[in-house]
Formats: sequence, structure tokens, C-alpha cells
Amino acid sequence: MSDLNTSPPSLTEIRGDYIALTQRKRVYGGILLAIFAALMAAGFRTADARNAGSFRDGFTNVFDYPAEVLGEALEKSAQLPGHLVHFFPSLVETLNIAAASTMIGAIAGIILSLLSTRGLAPWPALIPVFRRIMDISRAIPEIVIALVLIFLLGGGPVPAMIAIAIHTAGALGKLFSEVNENASLKPVDGLESVGASWAQRMYLGVIPQVGPNYVSYALLRFEINIRASAILGFVGAGGIGYELRNSMSWGQGRYDEAAAIFLLLFITIVVVDQLSGQLRDRMTHGAKA
Amino acid sequence: MTTISTELGLADRKQATSQLFQKKKLINFGLPVIVLLYLTYVFVAFDISGLWDKVSVKNARTLVSDSYSYKTHVTRDNRDASVSVAIEGERKGRYPDGEAPAWVSLGETTSINLENGHHVRFGPQVIEYDIPGYGLVTAKPGRTGVNATLPDGPVPNWINASKNRLAITTDAGRLTVTRNRTEVFRYFTGWELFFFTLDSPYHGMGPAKLLSHAVQGEAGAIFNDFWTNKMWRHQDVAWAILETLLMAFLGTLGAGIVALPLAFLATRNFMRMSSVRFVVRRFFDFLRGVDSLIWTVVLSRAFGPGPLTGALAILVTDTGTFGKIFSEALENVDEKQIEGVQSTGASPLLQYRFGVIPQITPVLLSQLLYFLESNTRSATIIGAITGGGIGLLLTQAIITQKDWEEVAYYIVLIILMVMFMDWFSGWLRRKLIKGEEKKTKIRKSNAAKNAFLLP
Repeated sequence: MSDLNTSPPSLTEIRGDYIALTQRKRVYGGILLAIFAALMAAGFRTADARNAGSFRDGFTNVFDYPAEVLGEALEKSAQLPGHLVHFFPSLVETLNIAAASTMIGAIAGIILSLLSTRGLAPWPALIPVFRRIMDISRAIPEIVIALVLIFLLGGGPVPAMIAIAIHTAGALGKLFSEVNENASLKPVDGLESVGASWAQRMYLGVIPQVGPNYVSYALLRFEINIRASAILGFVGAGGIGYELRNSMSWGQGRYDEAAAIFLLLFITIVVVDQLSGQLRDRMTHGAKA
Repeated sequence: MTTISTELGLADRKQATSQLFQKKKLINFGLPVIVLLYLTYVFVAFDISGLWDKVSVKNARTLVSDSYSYKTHVTRDNRDASVSVAIEGERKGRYPDGEAPAWVSLGETTSINLENGHHVRFGPQVIEYDIPGYGLVTAKPGRTGVNATLPDGPVPNWINASKNRLAITTDAGRLTVTRNRTEVFRYFTGWELFFFTLDSPYHGMGPAKLLSHAVQGEAGAIFNDFWTNKMWRHQDVAWAILETLLMAFLGTLGAGIVALPLAFLATRNFMRMSSVRFVVRRFFDFLRGVDSLIWTVVLSRAFGPGPLTGALAILVTDTGTFGKIFSEALENVDEKQIEGVQSTGASPLLQYRFGVIPQITPVLLSQLLYFLESNTRSATIIGAITGGGIGLLLTQAIITQKDWEEVAYYIVLIILMVMFMDWFSGWLRRKLIKGEEKKTKIRKSNAAKNAFLLP
């Protein structure tokens, strides 16, 4: 009613309102940007102050170490193929750690995800419990479990495998349970009507529906786990990371070995990334499935 | 005629169907068999069966018991008969001279009550341990050895007696006597001195009493005593967590800032020169392919240990990843919006600002936030390698091989930190990106569509 009494806003009023609005937006945006920039700068300065070497001094030296390593590797380039052959078994060990932990983690993740998906879980009351288990195992960085297990089991591939598998189980479990939510329940009901047990319903009714997504996520995880297993080797869990730390602690004179390991790791990561990328593409877009 | 041909067709179709079923069966049951075979190979290659011999049961027991309990040492120097009491045997946890917990009475003869009838007495000359159900064990440490006398009968396996050493381990505690030292351990549940060390006046106060002191204006002093606790170093731990979060924050956002302009150079629609595109793309691949481990090693040579090195390592690695993701997002932008901005006579810079950036902001933000969470974990790991943040504290505590209660504490803190970042980044994502709900739905429907691809 009151609208009738007020005249419609004039063009200048609309224009003024609009400009005021955009200006307010700009001010807010500017303030946010300023806060963000200040945070970044303050964070950088804090990090710089708490670091052993400062950014300004270190920046000029960034390429010193790679140059040294490369220089020595080039000098002894004749030995490089020998080194590559020599370190190949430890590369295989790193790959084995990654593959085995991905598989074990994926199996555990499948079970956990099925136990924590509404509609599929055999004990719906326990869904939150399994969810929390996944959350916690996802939150633990691999290195934590690996270091503790190295104390208990001694160095070697097994601590790394267990550590990565636990993290993988949590990470994949979360992704898998998202996939499970989209699975059709009709095959499950059908199997139930003929008296299939829970395991049979899951294996024959759900897994075939979600299999490709599982495999594609597991492949992605495998790429990540290769890097993780190289890192864990560095803290004493065997594989190529362990060799890298050894050859690095020898320092100068053994840089050709370090270079060979760098090269092996680089090639492996690139090749696996490419292969699994193609495989995943095929799986999700179904070029040849 | 027609019936015969249909029947033939039916047979054909039946054969085809059963072939398909065979294939499905093969894959459905063959794949698990392959996985199983591989895992068997790995079990042999990693020598899992031989692992049981390697497991250090003693280490496991120390680890587990130490992570939830602590021990108080009562030590007698056998040369001058002086007695000192210290928690975990550390100087930081030592009781002042002449003071002791209630179960130890100092004096000419120091008497230690280990509960359940177990009593240890440090006499001027003789050490006595009264073990219920077994008898009195005495020792007279001196130049000639520990001179232990045990009750008659066979020596039980929890007593280890030799000329120069006597060790008795019971449920109540542990007594070790050597020529120069006598030591009694008594175990308690809990984390010792977590809030206040012994030199603080607030040690041993209950929460209610503390609160009343705090109200009376001692809050600052109470906090100061807690904050500078030498045993648990709350201040250092807080700084370490801050450093770890700082590494993740600086690394992730720095990578985003560096990668965004570079991503433009790697796209077909914004970069016409294919040579530049190629170089930038290979650069991203290189950054991603050189693992963060290698970057950490290389950068720590230049910058030394600390949070800056970790931040830069994350920054470099993630620049490659972000570059790839952003350039893919940029290749999918809608040209029409850019044309629209162009039609108003905007300069190229403004075209990017108003035509392109708003389109990729959701992808950009959600990726940044997702990586922020995962980089919190990476920062812990990188910190353990280069030395910085909570990762460093954790490795230091593990290397000592005795501060397992601290290890347990750090692990709990790390888990809480990562879970908090997980929750926080998810919350921020929902706040900032309003279309997120819709997008997950689209993704989910895609997933459903692809569900039947594998036979």
C-alpha cells in the first residue's frame, strides 16, 4: 500500500545505489585482499625468522646443490647405467610397498566403506563408529605410524607398508562410501530375496556396480603412495628413499649415486602418472571398457 | 524355415550370452585371485613370516606402558648413601632435596612403600626388599659386588642376580642394585607433571583450588607456569603446531599465486604460441614429477632446517599440481562471458579480471582448500625430514626411545590438528562456494552413469 504513495526511484537514484553497492563491494574486497596480503607477508616473515637460513641468503644458493650433483653426475656419466641397475631393486621395493599398501588399504577401505554406508551397512547403529575410524586413520600422517613401527619392528619395508595402508584405508574408505551411496539397491534386494548373506550381497550386488570407480580411485592413490613410500624410505623404512639418504649422507664423491636415484624416482613417478592417468581415463570414460 | 533360423539365432545368442557370463565370471573372480597372488608374493618378498622374530616385545611393552604411565625413580648413591627422588629420573622432574612424595620417607633409613605389602628399605649399609609371598631380599653393595642374599629355594625368573648386579621386577615396581647405585622405580598411571612441574607452587592443586587462585589474581602466574612447563614444553609445542600450519598455509596459497598466471600460459585458448604452451606444461610436469621429497632435500641444502624450507617445498611441488588443474579449468571457460566483457570496451586485463576469473574461482578455491588440508599432513612429514614444526618434535621424541608419553601426546595433537583443518577447510568451502552442493550432485550422477562400465 505504501508503495503507491512513493514515486518509483529515478534513474539517478538507481544509478547512485548501484555505484554505492559496487563501491562497498570493492571496499570489502580490498579489505579482504589487504588482510590476506598482510597474513601472507606476516606468515612469510615469521617462517623466515624461525628458519635456520634466511630466504635472502638461501635464494642465491638454491641451484648450488643441484649443480654440484649434476656436475659430478656428468663427470662420472659412464657409471650412471651401472648405478641405475644397482638401485633398481630398491626401486622395485618402493613400488612393492606402494602397491601392496594400496591393495591392503583398498580392501580395508572397501570393507569400512560398506560398513559405514547407509542402506548397505549390516549394523546401522555402528555407522558413526566406522566413520570415526576412517576419519582418524585418514588424519594420521604415514610418518607417525612408520616411525613408531620402525622402533618396534626395526627398519625395512613392512613398517612403511602398514603405515601407508592405514592411511590409505581411511582416505579410500571416505571416497568409496561416497561412491557406494549412488549404488542401486535393487540388486542387493534381489540377492537378499534369494537368501544371500551380507558378504555375498556386497560382493555380487554392490561391488560390480562401483568397481570401476573403486579401481580409478585406487590408481590415483597408488600414484600418491609411491611418493609416500619414497619419503618413508628416507626415514628408515627401506626402498629407494633409504638409498637416497645413504648416498646423500656420504656427501661429495657419491653425488653420482644420488643423481641416479633422483633420476630413477623422477622417471618412475612420471611413467606411473601417465599410465594410471590413461587407465583412469579409460575406466571413467569407457573408451574400451 | 523362419522358426529354424530363429532357433539357430537363439543358440547363437545363448552362446554369446554364456561367453559374456564366462568373461564376467573370469574378471569378477580372477581379479581377486591376482590381487591375492601379488600379496602373497609381497609377503614372501618382505619376509613377513620372519617378522615375528624381529618384533621387539620388550620395546613394544615399554612403548605401550610408557605412553600412558610414568615412573618415579628413587635413587641411592651407594658411595655416599645420598638419596634423590625424580620423576622419570630426569633432572627437570627432580624433587627438591629433603622432599619426597608421601610413599617415600627419607631419613637414616629411607623406607619406600610400593603398595600391596611391597617395601624397600635403604639402610645405612644394607638394602632390603620385602616381597610378600616370597621373602626378604637383602643386598650389601660395596667394593666386592652387591652381595645379594635371597631366600632359600630356586631363584624365580623375575629376579636376576649376579655378582655385580641385582634386578628384581615385580608388579609393584622394580629394584636394581649395582655397586655404585641402587634404584627403585614405582609406576603410576597418567602423564606426569603435565600441567605444572615440581618447582611450581601450583603443582598438585586441584582444579577448584586453581580456579580460586586464578580468581585472586594469579591467573597470569598460573598460565605462565603452565606455559613454561619444562617437562612438556607447551610453548614450544604450540609454536611447532603453528609452524606446521604456517608451512601448509604459505605453501598452498603461495603455490596458488604462482600457478595462476603460469596456468594461463599453458592453455590453448589464452596462449596462441604452442612453443610457450609446451614449455610451461613440461615445466609443470617437471615440478610434479620431481617428488616433494627431492624438493625438500634440495631446498633444505639452501635454506637450512625450518618452516621456510617446508613452505617452499610445498610451494614448488604444488605449483606443478595447481598449474595443471588451473590450466584445465581455464581451457573449459565460457568464451561468451569474455566476449561480453570485451564488448564493453574493457582492456585485456579487465577482460581477464571480469570475464575469466569469476568463472574459475570455484574450482580455484575448492582446490586450494582441499590442498590446504592435505598439506597440513605433508607439512608434518616434511617437518620430520627437514626439521621444523611438530614433525621435528615427534622425530626427536621418538629418537630418545623413552619419552613415549610425549610421542603419544604429539600424535594426538597431530590427529586433532589434521581433523580440525579437514573440518575447517570443508566449512570454508561451503561458505565461500554456494554452488558446491549442486556440483557434487552432478558429479555423483556422473559416477552413477559410469557405474556399469566394468563387466
